Amino acid sequence: MSSLSPPAKKIWWNEPIHKSELLWISLVFVWGMVMTFMMPYWHVVGKQNLGTETYKTTPKAFQATTQEFVDKYTVRTEGPRNYPVVAPPAGGDVYLIARLWEWWPIVELKKGETYRFHLSSLDWQHGFSLQPANINIQVVPNYEHVFTLTPNASGEYSIICNEYCGIGHHLMIGKLLVVD
Amino acid sequence: MMVNNSFRTCPDTGLKFFSSAENLIKANAVAGVVFLLIGGMFGLLVGLTRWQAVHLLGAEDFYMVLTAHGLNVLIFWMIFFEIAILYFCSSVLLGCRLATPRWAWVGFGLMVIGAVMNNVIVLQGNSSVMMTSYVPLEAHPLFYLSLILFAVGALIGSFVFFGTLVVAKAEKTYEGSVPLVTFGAITAAIIAVFTIVSGAIVLIPTLLWSVGLVGEIDVLAYRMIWWAFGHSSQQINVAAHVSVWYAIIAILFGAKPLSEKVSRTAFLMYILFLQLASVHHLLVDPGLSSNFKMFNTSYAMYLAVMASMVHGLTVPGSMEAAQRARGHNAGLFTWLRKAPWGNPAFSGMFISLVGFGFLGGITGVVMGAEQINILIHNTLYVPGHFHATVVLGSTLAFMALAYWLVPVLFRRELIWKGLAKWQPYVFGLGMTGVSLFLMGAGTLGVPRRHWDIGFAGTGGITHEFPAAAYTMLALNGMSVILAVAGGAAFCLIMVGTILFGKKLGNDEPMAEPCIVAPVTDEEYAANGGSAFAIPGTIVLALVFFVSFALYYFINWKYLAETWGIG
Repeated sequence: MSSLSPPAKKIWWNEPIHKSELLWISLVFVWGMVMTFMMPYWHVVGKQNLGTETYKTTPKAFQATTQEFVDKYTVRTEGPRNYPVVAPPAGGDVYLIARLWEWWPIVELKKGETYRFHLSSLDWQHGFSLQPANINIQVVPNYEHVFTLTPNASGEYSIICNEYCGIGHHLMIGKLLVVD
Repeated sequence: MMVNNSFRTCPDTGLKFFSSAENLIKANAVAGVVFLLIGGMFGLLVGLTRWQAVHLLGAEDFYMVLTAHGLNVLIFWMIFFEIAILYFCSSVLLGCRLATPRWAWVGFGLMVIGAVMNNVIVLQGNSSVMMTSYVPLEAHPLFYLSLILFAVGALIGSFVFFGTLVVAKAEKTYEGSVPLVTFGAITAAIIAVFTIVSGAIVLIPTLLWSVGLVGEIDVLAYRMIWWAFGHSSQQINVAAHVSVWYAIIAILFGAKPLSEKVSRTAFLMYILFLQLASVHHLLVDPGLSSNFKMFNTSYAMYLAVMASMVHGLTVPGSMEAAQRARGHNAGLFTWLRKAPWGNPAFSGMFISLVGFGFLGGITGVVMGAEQINILIHNTLYVPGHFHATVVLGSTLAFMALAYWLVPVLFRRELIWKGLAKWQPYVFGLGMTGVSLFLMGAGTLGVPRRHWDIGFAGTGGITHEFPAAAYTMLALNGMSVILAVAGGAAFCLIMVGTILFGKKLGNDEPMAEPCIVAPVTDEEYAANGGSAFAIPGTIVLALVFFVSFALYYFINWKYLAETWGIG
């Protein structure tokens, strides 16, 4: 009787399991335990654990808070679109807006310092993709996501949108600067 | 003769085909192939646009075609073919009439209407919202309605399947427990019900919102419920294609599972744990705690992964045991070397098994770890991964089954056997390339669903991806051409066989036998006294395990090198 027919022995659940199968089952079970362990373990020893602090907000409120942040810490304007470059104090809060189709403003950080990012969308869903560091975070409207970032190298970084957000999706790109 | 209960006994396989079930299997399988062809052609356009030097379509068309590609192949092709598999595994394998064929036709009709309507709406251009249709990005109301109609049709199909099981039990058309292949199909159908109900919970309010009857849809709630639908629908595919693997080794080698208990428990674990995997899509979302993410990400301790790895051993293991029992007993791999590599039903199934495990399985588990996902979320790595699971895994397994099933169903000889012999290799190689090169580009940070990574038209703000990213996208484009050639060959062979294949008389068997007699207990026992010694499979499984572990830890190392994230 093959797998296309009912099992030959009616009481199939008492049949012994062959050794090689048992061996493999034990091995993959242990491997599953190792992988289960890795995630909490990384929360203890690893430095890359995305924070989950989240607040309800509205596009209007988030835009107002970000404007305050920009007014307070803008040091210059830059680039073809004359975006404000905002340099918050080391260890301070950073507000970043995602909207059709731009990231606003440009933030300037210090290498090795830890910043509290506040991220939200003013319209549709977007994807925060920091390149080439390759850090990718979902951005949604009406929720303010708070997490920390600690740059480990100086340079000019790009923020690309990697959640489809309509016809201008591929035009949505911003900059983030890290200085020594 | 009662209309409802007329059946024929297949001269090639000895299986009973009730005409009601047979017609529905034919209709669903053919509809599936049609949508595979449509969706595959859209895939060609997507691949040729991503190839930056060719950049075939404009942005608007690209996003429209990408939406249509995903829905046609990932939803319509898969579900139509799966309904055919469900009817086959119930009515044909249990030798039972189909319960309520009228309702089955109603379900089929709704699915056709939904799928056609969806294509019409998407191709009008106002609904380029991708398969995920994340709110508050809005599609035409008929976009949501078409998906709901399709889902209701599929739900009716699932219940006709369950009804047929009840009829078979009541009319005692089989003895003891259902066959393993049918058991696998039951798990697929149970997951399908969960999936479709989730789809209804998320799409019905979204439809009402799109016509202004509901004020606002919570974005995070939408994402969670949508993925209970979107990810689980892929778990239907897994359960279905694993059943197909078991079916094909039974057909070609007369194999039975090493242990009914182990294989059935592994299927059962899919029902219990796979749905948790939906949370893999929400790992970098705000609003969910890390504990919630970790519990679900590990499918509660990786028990569903364990189930897949068990099937990954028992499918080739059962084949090895059967081959050894039939005399291919020398050395480690004679059983594999002596397999019918020129038979597309076998080569397709085996490439599907290896591709799903090595490319799809390993990468899926790795990127599904809570923290590693930060490196991968929404990059091209994600489509790279699921082209390995859904295309190389499920689609190729379904193609392999079709090479056997279509001639048996339609009573026609397969045409273009030479082309058929090569088709799984061409398609498999092409799709392996697609999968690897998309994942390679994703590792370099290239975003998914993105028309132009050269950032022309942004008014001077650009990002320079490494040259390797452009090379990957070019190689992906070439692989797409190969894969589409292979996919088109499959569709042509199937349609050609149905229309022009040499017709066989009622009792006339095929030129070549198309089902192998089950290996008997005596044959198993004669195999050196150790019926289920499978040294070759164990070696292959250990190679798999080492690759898995290495790749898993390499990714933790990559993660450790990026910025601090807290």
